[in-house]
Amino acid sequence: MRKPIKQAAASLERRAVMRALVAERGDDLLVVPGLGSTTYDLAAAGDHPLNFYLWGAMGAAAMIGLGLALAQPKKRVLVATGDGEMLMGLGGLATIAVQRPRNLAIAVIDNERYAETGLQHTHTAHGVDLTGIAAAAGFESAQTIRSERELAAAVELLRHAPGPIFATIKVRPDRPPFVLPEKDGVELKNRFRRALLGAA
Amino acid sequence: MPPKPRPAWPDRIYDVFVRERVRQVVYVPDAGHSRLIGRCQGDPHMKSVVLTTEEEGIGVLAGAWLGGERGALLMQSSGVGNCINMLSLATVCRFPLLMLVTMRGEWGEFNPWQIPMGQGTPPILEEAGVLIYHLTAADAAEETVEAAARIAFNGDRAAAVLISQRVIGAKSFK
Repeated sequence: MRKPIKQAAASLERRAVMRALVAERGDDLLVVPGLGSTTYDLAAAGDHPLNFYLWGAMGAAAMIGLGLALAQPKKRVLVATGDGEMLMGLGGLATIAVQRPRNLAIAVIDNERYAETGLQHTHTAHGVDLTGIAAAAGFESAQTIRSERELAAAVELLRHAPGPIFATIKVRPDRPPFVLPEKDGVELKNRFRRALLGAA
Repeated sequence: MPPKPRPAWPDRIYDVFVRERVRQVVYVPDAGHSRLIGRCQGDPHMKSVVLTTEEEGIGVLAGAWLGGERGALLMQSSGVGNCINMLSLATVCRFPLLMLVTMRGEWGEFNPWQIPMGQGTPPILEEAGVLIYHLTAADAAEETVEAAARIAFNGDRAAAVLISQRVIGAKSFK
């Protein structure tokens, strides 16, 4: 088996990354995190009715983002998920690249771990390059972010550049305190639709 | 020999999609659905999304509904097995989910590898909380798909129409 590879130690902190991704958001940004850490990170960055938190459906975050982006071409759709969640739905990167939604961006907050189950290594710890996979699929832009300076430029792309945009953002394998948002799926769905569409 | 007349039932299903304002049609390519897929691809009001695996479609249609659009997921019975965990997204959140499933391993099947999911599809979908509608005759296609679409979109439920090999014709390996 391929061993975990020595990579430059990540310096970015996951909660700060999520805060930067959604900073100064208005009603034109729709955000889909993945189950687990990125859902807590997004809740910690500030609850918003246009967040569709996931507590399951592992591998679906990018696909939910795709359906939303196709339905709402004038809004920006940001999927902000984890490496484990993205790895479970890799085929979806091909599906997105074929559709080429101009308003969809995917940020993978990559700690190279399954934080929910005890910080076991994911494939990215063994050198699997999600950015390379997205680039090969045909994303408009795909890059790996390791520093504050790179992050600032990547946030601009993720929020505003013609998509589909992909970024892997390497973060430290911390487990910050849980910030648990609403779990009821019907409530999350209905409040999202009320905020986006008016009376559901 | 004169060419075989093209079956009309996929056109009747397409008519239901138009009436029900289906805007996103997501699918893994399938011979039984090929005519319907072709009609949807030719409709400027519909977005066709080809998937790498069927479970992706459950996510896409959840996103579509969040964004105010209706959709339909087309697949073969073998694809139902790929969807099982992802169906929890639809059932927990009560997303409308209209699925049209062309059956294999069910009636006159040649390929034994299709039989497990063909036979398993109805009980597995029911266990997962999906309402199922059996379509066994071409002339019932329109009313059956309409019934499933209405209960899905108005009742916020997952509903699957299982289209029998009796309607599609079993795949010939000759």
